[in-house]
Amino acid sequence: MRTLRQPAQIVPALIFPMFLLAVNSSGLQRATDLPHFPTRSYLTFALAIPFMQGALFSVMNTGTDLARDIETGFLNRLSLTPLTGSALLSGLLGGAVVLGIVQAAVYLTVGLIAGASFAAGVPGVLVIVALAMLMAVGFGCIGLFLALRTGSGEAVQGMFPVFFVFLFLSSMSLPRNLIQTDWFREVATYNPVSYLIEAIRSLLIKGWDGQALALGFGLAAAITVVGMLAASRALRTRMVRT
Amino acid sequence: MSSFRATALGITWRTLHNFLGNPALLLPSLVFPLFFFTAFAGGLSTVSHVPGFDFRSGYTAFQFVFVLIQSAAFGGVFTGFGIARDFETGLGRRFMLAARHRSAIVAGYALAAAGRWLFTALVLTVVALVAGMQIDGGGVDLFGLYGLALIMNLAAALWAAGVALRIRSIQGGPLMQIPVFLVLFMAPVYLPLHLLTGWIHVVASVNPATALLAAGRGFISGQPADVALAFLAAAGLALLFSIWARGGMRRAERAG
Repeated sequence: MRTLRQPAQIVPALIFPMFLLAVNSSGLQRATDLPHFPTRSYLTFALAIPFMQGALFSVMNTGTDLARDIETGFLNRLSLTPLTGSALLSGLLGGAVVLGIVQAAVYLTVGLIAGASFAAGVPGVLVIVALAMLMAVGFGCIGLFLALRTGSGEAVQGMFPVFFVFLFLSSMSLPRNLIQTDWFREVATYNPVSYLIEAIRSLLIKGWDGQALALGFGLAAAITVVGMLAASRALRTRMVRT
Repeated sequence: MSSFRATALGITWRTLHNFLGNPALLLPSLVFPLFFFTAFAGGLSTVSHVPGFDFRSGYTAFQFVFVLIQSAAFGGVFTGFGIARDFETGLGRRFMLAARHRSAIVAGYALAAAGRWLFTALVLTVVALVAGMQIDGGGVDLFGLYGLALIMNLAAALWAAGVALRIRSIQGGPLMQIPVFLVLFMAPVYLPLHLLTGWIHVVASVNPATALLAAGRGFISGQPADVALAFLAAAGLALLFSIWARGGMRRAERAG
């Protein structure tokens, strides 16, 4: 409910990725003329990027909400109640899941209206929504961890550029095999964000690519597990301090 | 006149001192342009193989011009954040009580914006040269490129000052930066204008930032193009936003 009551959290997470999609899909349409580019539509190629940007907003939203609770002393008051840590974290992540679903629905609808193709059809769309939700939870856990460690909304917001670096240094704009600069291609290959984007992209462009999906879901699940463990541990430490 | 200069230089010194002494202000100003330069020039260099791409100095120089002008514009916008913060904390009001010429306050902030951008431009240029950027233009061309970016910096600083003086709160930040962001990204960022298609081509054709980028890229490649149009557009924006900033100062005066 808190997420839904804050348009300032929802609107940028929807508008900003759509604006970049509009600019990049038009500005880089001619990149599809490059030999071996996987599709003739840069819009279809780029439609995977908003899902990743949405996941990054999930870090900021969940992290900022929890940091505000810490700053205002609300978490201290909660610690006096029988509420368990896992229930608290799950509740906060619920907002991220809802936002993830709303984001996915908006991105897919806009993509469809703008003329993007969906090679894997309706089942592929459902898989994209599932992956978007998992990514929202995984990155939301990172937001919670940052909030619990720092206790400051400003510090959580300050991490946004760092996450943006991961996005930009990935296969976001071009397929990895078409990235000409060696060091950039190397970084993109080791960057997990590349595989999250490529999993969604495979459903849009190729159809069903087991390897891309396994890597995407595997990494999203790993981020979720690691993020949840880190957030749980940080919550315990925070509660002891409280 | 000496009072005007003293006020302007005093505010410039204070703003630059804060900028250089505070990593939270200094680092984003340096890191963001470097990051955009790395991501665009490194990650998208293959785009230079698109049929019809004929920029002779290479993709690194092509993107350098965009990032340089972008850093100039955002250097101006970030100075607007400082103005808003000063007015939020009451310092701006004290400036207005102390200054005989209140336009000197805006002039001081604008000079500081130029100073902080020159620092960013120096770092960005060194990094681009280390990365192997090819410069085919001569000294006069480069003077034109940096001069154009400096006017853009002034225009953006005056725009942000006008917003900051009207809202007098850091909450006006998005209003300062979003229009600048939109104007810059609706220009030929990744490819020259003639290779753009669809709505972005239509918008970019009437976007003043397109002339700035075309002239800047012409300067760096030693093939100046659209120079008069670019300087006219930049000077026109600076003039327009000086009126806007002056109106903002009057609004701040009325607010007391």
